[in-house]
Amino acid sequence: MSHLQLTNQLAGKGTPLRDRIFMWLLFLSLAIGVFTLAVLLTYVTIKGWPRLDIRLFTNMPSVRDPENAGAQSAITGSIWVISFTALVALPTGVMAALYLEEFARPNSRSQRFIEVNIQNLAAVPSIVYGILGLAVFARALALGQSVITAALTLALLVLPVIIISTREALRAVPRNIRDGSLALGATEWQTAYRQTLPAAIPGIATGTILALSRAIGEAAPLLLLGAVSFITFNPDGVLSDYTTLPIQIFNWTKDSREEFQVLAAATIVVLLLILLAMNFVAIWIRNKTQKRW
Amino acid sequence: MNQPNEITMHLDHALSARGASIPPETSDPVFTLDNVSVYYSDYEAIRNVTLPIGRNEITAFIGPSGCGKSTLLRSFNRMNDLIPGAHLKGTVAYHGTDIYGPNVDPIEVRRKVGMVFQKPNVFPKSIYENVAYGPKVNGTKGNLDDLVEECLTRAALWNEVKDDLKKSAYALSGGQQQRLVIARCIAVKPEVILMDEPCASLDPLATAKIEDLMVELASEYTIIIVTHNMQQAARVSDRTAFFTAELDENEIRHGRLVEFGRTRELFSSPTDPRTEDYISGRFG
Amino acid sequence: MATNTVSETAEGLSLRQSRPRYGEKIIRFILALAAFVSIFTTFGIVISLLIPSIEFFMEVPITDFLFGTVWTPLFKNGEFGVIPLLSGTIVITLIAIAVAIPLGLGASIYLSEYASERVRKVLKPTLEVLAGIPTVVFGFFALEFLTQAILIKIFPEIEVFNALSAGLIMGVMIIPTIASLSEDAMAAVPSGLRDGAYALGSSKRQTAIKVVMPAALSGIVAAFVLGISRAIGETMIVTIAAGLQPQLSFNPLMGMQTMTSYIAAAGSGDLATGSIEYKSIFAVGMLLFLLTFLMNIFSIRLVRRFRQAYQ
Repeated sequence: MSHLQLTNQLAGKGTPLRDRIFMWLLFLSLAIGVFTLAVLLTYVTIKGWPRLDIRLFTNMPSVRDPENAGAQSAITGSIWVISFTALVALPTGVMAALYLEEFARPNSRSQRFIEVNIQNLAAVPSIVYGILGLAVFARALALGQSVITAALTLALLVLPVIIISTREALRAVPRNIRDGSLALGATEWQTAYRQTLPAAIPGIATGTILALSRAIGEAAPLLLLGAVSFITFNPDGVLSDYTTLPIQIFNWTKDSREEFQVLAAATIVVLLLILLAMNFVAIWIRNKTQKRW
Repeated sequence: MNQPNEITMHLDHALSARGASIPPETSDPVFTLDNVSVYYSDYEAIRNVTLPIGRNEITAFIGPSGCGKSTLLRSFNRMNDLIPGAHLKGTVAYHGTDIYGPNVDPIEVRRKVGMVFQKPNVFPKSIYENVAYGPKVNGTKGNLDDLVEECLTRAALWNEVKDDLKKSAYALSGGQQQRLVIARCIAVKPEVILMDEPCASLDPLATAKIEDLMVELASEYTIIIVTHNMQQAARVSDRTAFFTAELDENEIRHGRLVEFGRTRELFSSPTDPRTEDYISGRFG
Repeated sequence: MATNTVSETAEGLSLRQSRPRYGEKIIRFILALAAFVSIFTTFGIVISLLIPSIEFFMEVPITDFLFGTVWTPLFKNGEFGVIPLLSGTIVITLIAIAVAIPLGLGASIYLSEYASERVRKVLKPTLEVLAGIPTVVFGFFALEFLTQAILIKIFPEIEVFNALSAGLIMGVMIIPTIASLSEDAMAAVPSGLRDGAYALGSSKRQTAIKVVMPAALSGIVAAFVLGISRAIGETMIVTIAAGLQPQLSFNPLMGMQTMTSYIAAAGSGDLATGSIEYKSIFAVGMLLFLLTFLMNIFSIRLVRRFRQAYQ
């Protein structure tokens, strides 16, 4: 092989045009997602801007008066539903995670079965949870189309997410903290309750907030649980009728009049701001408490 | 019989720290191990250990990595119970009671046999709470201030932390943390303290402090220490057990007890050539 | 006041349990019960789908349901052939994965093989924000912006409610799912494999395509399957943007109904508990659950196998 040929070959391989195109295509595929997000946020903000005012919070929804309609019942409804969701899902999820992580025999059959089951539940379509809520809570337990039916259904929906993130938080607590406690004659529960759990609280809080922010934006299961009817009052108890922000947005989207589309966009902005705030708190907790061992 | 080389001479020098008042045989054992083997599932990590642990003595476990000395240490307070698949054959008798026998509660065992770990594992709580934790989980009610002060004093830490009891234990240096772990351990009023390479992560100065503390504590507690550091074993211990890892007929490694005796004798005139090789630095 | 000191005499040498710990056992039981809530949930889903479905199939033969091509539940003598709902689901899912698989995979390769730590730190959370947008918002965006501001200019004949807009936006929604799961899979590939490829003179592109992707294949396939399962189960985007006409068509410019949007539409009305329409919700729900269940289990298995291979 002549010297010239060799140089040519090296030069030929050195031109990474294909490689550069490949890299830009990869970047583009990421950019398309990010770009769509930017367009979406800009679009709803501009579209909703004319109605992003205090009336959204002070007034009730109305079919006749879109100019003055608000989303108060949806905001209070979302707060009611999500509070009870948290009240049910958080303790249940944390207890289940404690059991699986601290008490169950690792890699035992029952533990693996529960694990796969939880992973599967995390991927079951949310509308199926709506069917479960409809059949079990609304009809079989006769709780009707109420705040508590919605909260219980959403609690089951977010439970897998809370369990999975709590287990991760518990697993991040070093083994030697548990050993230290057990070596002092503490029981398994004392160790879990006084050492592991407190040390895992930041991680649990972060995971729970993210799970609840999923629940607060969830609409599909609630469609089957009575949230669609037109609600112009705030809930006054767990058995009260209710609506929520995503449902109200859905209702307005169905109405083709332009004023309602604007109202829907404005309500979307409120919903997204709530989600943003929740995510901000979650990230703040995570950063504030990072790296302790 | 053999020419003392540099290391053994150094060890001889270190040995003079502890008195020669140790009887040749253990007369009043706290623990008696009889044919103890510890398994992880099917794997036999250490095989057929028979050994007494003398009251108010410091017993050192030395030997190369993987000889099962830490595994053996953890069977004195049933910490191996926490490892799935770990089990034990033979008897570990504590004042004549097999701690693996029926009706024995591992939690009670751990209250009588405390443990200090390789890495200082202080709890992410205040200094005070670290010491008070053991008594609290063991059901002690009432004011723990005096107990906390006493334990910190005995662990030679009180003067350094008395104004910072509410501060996080994580603010302490590594050596201070390890002394806090010792204070935390004696707050439960154990009879025996197990130490698993307690100075492995400490600098020489902090190590010296812990060693002084060990010798002091030996007047009241029975101490078993696992160490990689032969000088340390020579400096602090009364008796030494030398372990090694050997291949069996199936080419599988098992830890074995090679030699056990008064530290003085084991270091100055080992009876087994493997011990001699190890302490003179020829392997391990 | 009682004070405690170390000097107190030791409490004897008994190793028996000093006090009974009933509390410990009760707590353990309660925690186990909480863990079993997930089992009860699965059980509850199956039972609540199964019983009305069986009742439904006593009135509508299962073959009519599975192979019938007309879905007219609200007519007097309604027909319950699920094929139109299935075809609507398939068309929209195909559009969604045509968007999400290449873009999600591309994004994951970029993040795992190319992006600097700084770029990753910004782009990855941004992608996660996309995953956090409520689906009702995506539906609104598909209908109001994508269809009415963009697609109608490209395809003047497009219907207001159409499969295309729903599928495209659903694809964007699924990108983060596929991207982050595939990235996890590629990040788990030992760096020794990459180094080996570089040492043989491979470029970054060749290494990514010929070494990293094949090594992470089962993890990537699991990500795809989970993405498809999410597309099939997604409700709000299709309910808002794809319309509620059950029709057997493969024209994406037309409106279509999916299994999920049928359940949502029928379930939000006030149906009488015993009626055949009410039961049809459960029959369709059962089919939806079975389809997604099989995919989820398949995906979970793949991920497990993949993790074991690299541990």
